[in-house]
Amino acid sequence: MPLLLKRRTVIPGFGLTFGLTMFYLSLVVLIPLSTVFLKTFSSTWPEFCDAAFSPQALAAYKLSLGASTVGALVNAVFGLVVAWVLVRCRFPGASVVDALVDLPFALPTAVAGIALTTIYSKNGWIGSLLSRFGIEAAFTPLGVTIALIFIGIPFVVRTVQPVIQELDREYEDAAASLGASRWQTFAKVILPTLWPALLTGFALAFARALGEYGSVVFISGNIPLKTEIAPLLIMKHLEEYDYEGATAVAVVMLAMSFALLLAINLLQRWSRRWQSP
Amino acid sequence: MFRRAFLALVLVCAAMPAWRAEDVTLLNVSYDPTREFYTEFNAAFARYWQDRHRQTVTFKQSHGGSGKQARAVIDGLEADVVTLALAYDIDVIAEKGRLLSPDWQTKLPHNSAPYTSTIDFLVRKGNPKGIRDWDDLVREGISVVTPNPKTSGGARWNYLAAWGYALKKWNRDEAKARDFVAALFKNVSVLDTGARGSTTTFTERGIGDVLLAWENEAFLAVKELGPEKFEIVTPSVSILAEPSVAVVEKVAEKHGTGEIAKAYLRYLYSEEGQEIAARHHYRPRSEKVAAKYAERFPKLDLFTVDELFGGWRQAQKIHFERGGIFDQIYRPGAR
Repeated sequence: MPLLLKRRTVIPGFGLTFGLTMFYLSLVVLIPLSTVFLKTFSSTWPEFCDAAFSPQALAAYKLSLGASTVGALVNAVFGLVVAWVLVRCRFPGASVVDALVDLPFALPTAVAGIALTTIYSKNGWIGSLLSRFGIEAAFTPLGVTIALIFIGIPFVVRTVQPVIQELDREYEDAAASLGASRWQTFAKVILPTLWPALLTGFALAFARALGEYGSVVFISGNIPLKTEIAPLLIMKHLEEYDYEGATAVAVVMLAMSFALLLAINLLQRWSRRWQSP
Repeated sequence: MFRRAFLALVLVCAAMPAWRAEDVTLLNVSYDPTREFYTEFNAAFARYWQDRHRQTVTFKQSHGGSGKQARAVIDGLEADVVTLALAYDIDVIAEKGRLLSPDWQTKLPHNSAPYTSTIDFLVRKGNPKGIRDWDDLVREGISVVTPNPKTSGGARWNYLAAWGYALKKWNRDEAKARDFVAALFKNVSVLDTGARGSTTTFTERGIGDVLLAWENEAFLAVKELGPEKFEIVTPSVSILAEPSVAVVEKVAEKHGTGEIAKAYLRYLYSEEGQEIAARHHYRPRSEKVAAKYAERFPKLDLFTVDELFGGWRQAQKIHFERGGIFDQIYRPGAR
């Protein structure tokens, strides 16, 4: 195996860098995560199921997955538009807008949560407008989704932006000169190039949203079965000193996110292969 | 020249432990709404100790949700004393952390609870929904705000207060009490994780007709946010909330602060300590101080956790543990 690896690489120092990578990944990612799994072994299978698949837990997974998916989808669409405008359009204050995109990264999530709740609650700016149409945002699943859209937007913009920058305008010109409509140019020429980056952005925004706790607990009503997200359920178990229950939920969340991220990675690989025959 | 400087340094280092022994630092790990109270009390105790023992005490305070604080102490936060929202949280420190003896509650008078409080209702000015007592909370169309009993110590008092009221009303009929509490929580649309969060939801976001709150927190809200906006309704019956205090023996031993930590907690029972507590809307244990502040604290029928629930361990187990009654209220299909 080492021989094989050596033959394949032309870059020197492969053994060293590979070793470092594994060491670093183990220290930062694998060891903490494996303790989560180890902790679940201290409970029996029925106990695990009782905590991991209780009606409350199932409702929480559903809300967490649903709101994260919707949030990441919205971000994928509008993040693409934002990235496109930032790269292709010259307008005064473009650099300010560019910096604004990163703010959800930098802002403490609790601050984001409280600010969003203030705006979207019934007596807030946007919330009072929405309530006129009979829509309640804060303390409903919609509020959860809004918070997750907020924290996810930089992931899509920042992954798609560099790819748009690399995109050669000549392709679009060529497509136009060959008689393609604007929509055809977008769907057949631009989108396939952006697809892998867009998927990565979507996956990152989705994964971040799934684990988000700080901002959501403020804007969600936290009612079991209705507006309770899975990370809150974990906190609740910890609060009861029920570490087994907490890790049971955490393990299910981990398994689901890992499966989804893996699926997205495979999809990406498949779309790349499909693109370059 | 260099040597002299070095010598001076050695001398300073040698002298250091001598004057450092004079100063003592105490870490008091407490829960959310006691911030203002302990700021004042710590200053008073520091003065008292300085007069008696010619020793300067500096305090470090930590505040947060009671359960979270207990967990921090178990996980290694070196608190000399804990002053938490409910006895159960200190029980857990004794049980899981083994940092103090299980009979800690007998070490100070009044079950180691130097001041008490109760659960009141905070309503909007003029009480537009006419909320007078617990029965009004389960009426159709009343929106109630309380924190989540799973994550907030204060909310567990709220829940048990409602349960106890129902027990008394229906002659200790557990099934009736359960229906009552389930109906009450059906009227709750936001369960914040902590007491302060619920207060914000009620006062700033305009959610709900009534907030279940610590008496002192309700007084504080009215004082800070204006008596023209909110008023306090005292129910006929409520729970005697007994926030407990204890020396974390293992840690105090290690820090050599055992004596002063004990004196600190005992000072809570002194006349000055009781006065400060009363000023911050905690009900004092001392009858003399209670008489002085009598008009501040409305009279109502108060029951204790020991009377109706057989103590905190029991209450925790039946009501708040995974699969307990609180979880059953939120089963799909349950009313």
